[in-house]
Amino acid sequence: MFEQIEGSQAVARAVAACRPEVICAYPISPQTHIVEGLSRLVKSGRLAPCEFVNVESEYAAMSVAIGASATGARAYTATASQGLLYMTEALYNASGLGLPIVMTVANRAIGAPINIWNDHSDSMSQRDSGWIQLYVESNQEAVDVHLQAFRLAEALSLPVMVCMDGFILTHAVESVELPGQEQVDQFLPAFEPRQQLDPEHPLTIGAMVGPEAYTEVRYLAHYKQMQALDLIPEVAGLFEQRFGRSSGGFLRHYRSDDAGTIVVALGSVLGTIEDVVDELRDAGEHIGAVGIRTFRPWPADEVRAALAGAKRVIVLEKAFAIGIGGIVSQDVHGALAGLPISVHTAIAGLGGRPITKASLRQLLADARAGQLAPITFVDLNHALVDAEIQRMLSARRSGPHAENMLRDIGIVGAGPV
Amino acid sequence: MSATRLKYFQTGSFAAGNRLVDPDQRSVQSDPGRANAITCGHRACQGCGEALGARYALDAAMRATGGDLIATNATGCLEVFSTPYPESSWQLPWIHSLFGNAAAVATGVAAALKAKGNTHTRVVGQGGDGGTVDIGFACLSGMFERGDDVLFICYDNEAYMNTGVQRSAATPPAAYTSTTQAVGDEPGATWGQGKSVPLIALAHEIPYVATATIADLRDLERKVQTAMEVRGARYIHVLVTCPLGWGAASADSIKLARLATETGIFPVWEGEHGDVVSVTKIRHQTPVEEYLKLQTRYRHLFLPARREDIIERIQARADRNIARFGLLEAADDDPLDLQVEAGS
Amino acid sequence: MSSGTRTTPFAITLDVGSSRANLTGSWRTERPQYARLTAPCGAGCPAAEDVQQWLYHAEEGGYEAAWRRIMERNPFPAISGRICYHPCETACNRAQLDAAVGINSVERFLGDQALAKGWQIEPAQLLGTGGRVLVIGAGPSGLSAAYHLALLGHHVTVRDMAPAAGGMMRYGIPKYRLPREILDAEIQRIAELGVDFQLGAHVSDLIAERAAGGYDAVFLAVGATLPQRTYIPAGSAARIIDAIALLRNAEDGSAGPPLLGRRVTVYGGGNTAMDAARTAKRLGAEESIVVYRRDREHMPAHESELMEALQEGIKVKWLTTITEAGAGEITVERMELDEHGYPQPTGQFERLGADTVVLATGQVSDLSLLEGMPGIELEDRVVRVDGNMMTGHPGIFAGGDMVPAERTATVAIGHGRRAAHGIDRWLRGETGNPEWGLHDSASATGVGPVPQTAQVPFERLNTWYFSDAPRTVREQLDAIRRTSTFDEVVLGLDEANALFEARRCMSCGNCLACDNCYGVCPDNAVVKLDPPGAYAYAFDLDYCKGCGLCAQECPCGAIEMLPEPI
Repeated sequence: MFEQIEGSQAVARAVAACRPEVICAYPISPQTHIVEGLSRLVKSGRLAPCEFVNVESEYAAMSVAIGASATGARAYTATASQGLLYMTEALYNASGLGLPIVMTVANRAIGAPINIWNDHSDSMSQRDSGWIQLYVESNQEAVDVHLQAFRLAEALSLPVMVCMDGFILTHAVESVELPGQEQVDQFLPAFEPRQQLDPEHPLTIGAMVGPEAYTEVRYLAHYKQMQALDLIPEVAGLFEQRFGRSSGGFLRHYRSDDAGTIVVALGSVLGTIEDVVDELRDAGEHIGAVGIRTFRPWPADEVRAALAGAKRVIVLEKAFAIGIGGIVSQDVHGALAGLPISVHTAIAGLGGRPITKASLRQLLADARAGQLAPITFVDLNHALVDAEIQRMLSARRSGPHAENMLRDIGIVGAGPV
Repeated sequence: MSATRLKYFQTGSFAAGNRLVDPDQRSVQSDPGRANAITCGHRACQGCGEALGARYALDAAMRATGGDLIATNATGCLEVFSTPYPESSWQLPWIHSLFGNAAAVATGVAAALKAKGNTHTRVVGQGGDGGTVDIGFACLSGMFERGDDVLFICYDNEAYMNTGVQRSAATPPAAYTSTTQAVGDEPGATWGQGKSVPLIALAHEIPYVATATIADLRDLERKVQTAMEVRGARYIHVLVTCPLGWGAASADSIKLARLATETGIFPVWEGEHGDVVSVTKIRHQTPVEEYLKLQTRYRHLFLPARREDIIERIQARADRNIARFGLLEAADDDPLDLQVEAGS
Repeated sequence: MSSGTRTTPFAITLDVGSSRANLTGSWRTERPQYARLTAPCGAGCPAAEDVQQWLYHAEEGGYEAAWRRIMERNPFPAISGRICYHPCETACNRAQLDAAVGINSVERFLGDQALAKGWQIEPAQLLGTGGRVLVIGAGPSGLSAAYHLALLGHHVTVRDMAPAAGGMMRYGIPKYRLPREILDAEIQRIAELGVDFQLGAHVSDLIAERAAGGYDAVFLAVGATLPQRTYIPAGSAARIIDAIALLRNAEDGSAGPPLLGRRVTVYGGGNTAMDAARTAKRLGAEESIVVYRRDREHMPAHESELMEALQEGIKVKWLTTITEAGAGEITVERMELDEHGYPQPTGQFERLGADTVVLATGQVSDLSLLEGMPGIELEDRVVRVDGNMMTGHPGIFAGGDMVPAERTATVAIGHGRRAAHGIDRWLRGETGNPEWGLHDSASATGVGPVPQTAQVPFERLNTWYFSDAPRTVREQLDAIRRTSTFDEVVLGLDEANALFEARRCMSCGNCLACDNCYGVCPDNAVVKLDPPGAYAYAFDLDYCKGCGLCAQECPCGAIEMLPEPI
């Protein structure tokens, strides 16, 4: 059944259909509409049995979810940005304990400076937290992937983060096909916890592990997450079979089979990219796009296969690692090791700055002209930063590394390398 | 409030048991079938007050719930000495997550049970003073104000013992810790700092708040029992001696807890819905010096020169507790007294 | 969930109770050990009663068991519960907490219970090995010896000059302190054990009597019945009598009530003086004054006797000696104490009205029957004995007031028992306990001294655990009523009070099964034994870390910490 619905509300409905038993909520934009929707569903009795806990912080939100999940309840929460960072300690704990919590991250920039708008800085900062990270392109996919997330999490006994772009998706009203309850019930089996706090079968959960076994524990955590590489396509396949549409999985391939240049991206920006791809294809360029839907675990083989035929790969990222550059790019580099493909990083859309088709066309034109720097800050206001840098330099001379880096990204006087 | 203190004639209510009374009038700890919620082989120091306090409290809770209990635990000594891989000392379902979130994890457990329609299994959260009054305080306060069905027990040994005796917000003034060194004009922990989480808990107007010590087993057990008879957020703050951190003889653990109450340094009371409803009267009022001098964390008050001024300030603080809580007022009949007639 | 089918995460999730694999006992440098030590009450009891042990039974309402524990050592609980000066209570550690346990009153309660309920002691099976023993003197010492000898399987004959058995318990202690039906009943129990009483019979030639009767051993317990004369210049009209004579006369009444007059002065400061003064009052004296040469602090009479006397209107003239007695009046001199506490004359005299002067200045033993016996050694007008109560003459034992010891009934009872065991050992050819001095306390077994290390000072106890419970004071007869009658002055405890009193016992040095050690061990290393073994608990040394909390928190001081053997 299709509905014109806000992304957040659609996610709330999808999550509710998964029958979570404990939902923890702490307000932070742009995630709030999701838990508000769930609050209404729980309070009205339409989602029952379910405990909706208004916690005092995101740290508590994840902690309550940990307690609930360890007691065998299907637990859900949502957050963004600072909230995600505030629960960082608990994120690692949830994954370390192997608790299948599902969380929506309504992706948002992190401060300072405080900024409520969308980019991927928040979830990218947690890529090593041991959580499975799935990124969605549309609200339909958001709905679909949440269903898959619960199934995945519980099958693997690992927490799953569903990352959807804040505002761009969460606050966008569009037509979404919402799954029927019966369909969901058939798709998502009842939660059978691998470990449970149960007086009938007492267990100690969360022991202290020293040097004698810590490496093994971490190895097994890695091994367990890598199992998702088998399960994710299986679940996506099952989903497609049951719901008749393709969602989730590792990658989305868009006209990339014969492309010499492929743009790699995550999330909603793919829609814009695909439009530009279409335009450039119409103009005869061999260009395509690949969307990363599963970022953790990293589907290196699939990425390599998807990009192996290209000469040039541009990874468009809504986050970057200060002091080195792209985040996803590094993983793409790794996946393409040994192949004669040049990989470029384009940082775009930080703090909610729109990524326009014009900007993308310019980026691709630069690429075609062989003028693309290793790292490009799309739509950077060069005049502004140049002036600021000059002011800084006049006040205090910076070291050669900083200058070199700025030169690399084309800010300090130099042309393309 | 139910009265369970026994006047044994021979041994007072303070002993664990007594062969002269019916088994159901004896303490949980005297029961050969007690749960031993934390069992042998744990790695607590000799004479650890926290190991003792945790077993006292949880065994009482286990009896109150018929063993239908789940515990959450903050990071700290209790967690570390009880669960180093590959050995656990716990005999009930138990989870350790983080240092600061034991109360929130307990909330999650309670929420899960409620969602599952399980009204019989009960939840206890536990932490040391660091995990309760400092890093765990926000989660604790949140749990209180929401009224989650959790009993949180703080085992207060007045500093971060697990990390090497650093000062916490529960460290008393003038006490040496490794971050409040015994140097300068005002050696030890700073005056005017610290907080009373029991009173803060009371201010949340939760159904039940109590303080207790490991020196009064039956009082502690009664309070746990009372707490388990109530639903909602409950809090018990138990003073537990740390022989290592306090610089005391391991055999003096209980004696020190006793002196803490008999001096007025640690007032023992219970409150309901925002009001203090009973206090444990001081039995033999003792000058604070008797308490201080057994602990090397206060050695600088006596050596190299006696610091009468500081000892007097500590005494004044104890006297304020005595006045504030009425710890010396003529005890009516101790509400806990119950005469035991001759057994036949 | 067994580890074999484990689906739980490795290492982070553990099986419950698995720490039992970690034997923390290896940390220990000291180990606890249960002890059974001698409580000061028992150590202080001249009759070697294991007071703590019988109180233990009384605490739980096991009155008959308690009584039988007393009867193992002392055949006179009802008597001792009235007349003993209870050194046990003086020694009692509880005195340092609030007030000593009223051991004596509980003993009396038990003794009276036994009489009321008719509890009996089963006679011993007389074995072929039993000897024949002659006991001379039917006072507390002789009767005690007879009782224990009978229980040890010997044939016992008790001989006494007096027409009734009891010795000073009958002829020295007034009825108002020891009703005669109590005395008779407890003596009767001894007779029922098969002891042969020959009363009104005098012994003059001991060696001949021993041979004639075929006695293997003799126990001498003739007491100290002769007044120790104090010279007082006296006119012919002065009336001076002995306290002992007064008390005996008041008892047997055969000579009619003694004629004392209106004003009686008793000279002396011991218990006999108190008894005489109080008896005089009961016999009709309007004024009964005790004249004593030292002060209250130095008075040998027991405080309780003095207090009761004062309550009855007896007056005491301290620091005073009688220098002359005349008709109806005496002359006294004021004394003062020198730095050694000895009274010295001051030269200040006064006259007091006195129709009768009663001398209570001590008694001595009549040792005439020992004259010429080889091996007998005298010491300060009493007979020297060894730790088995044997004199220097083989087979002749002695005890009570005629040997060098404090002269109380309880000491005499203790002597009788020691002598009985000494005689028994001697008859079996054993040498006894040379290291056991006459004045050493008896150990828990009663047949040897208490080692110093086995005693329990107050500091060893953890008195926190004992309820505040001041002692129950026995009811006393109204003073006016009691001065005119010989009714018993001090009444017994009822059951509730006796139980209360028994439960005040702090069980010094002996486990009272309070479960404290079991409760306070942070390592669950105390095991509660069911059924109890040698002790109610045992230490699980696999886990005991040696913290010492059990020992520190043991109310009774019954746990010792010993260095861990390396």
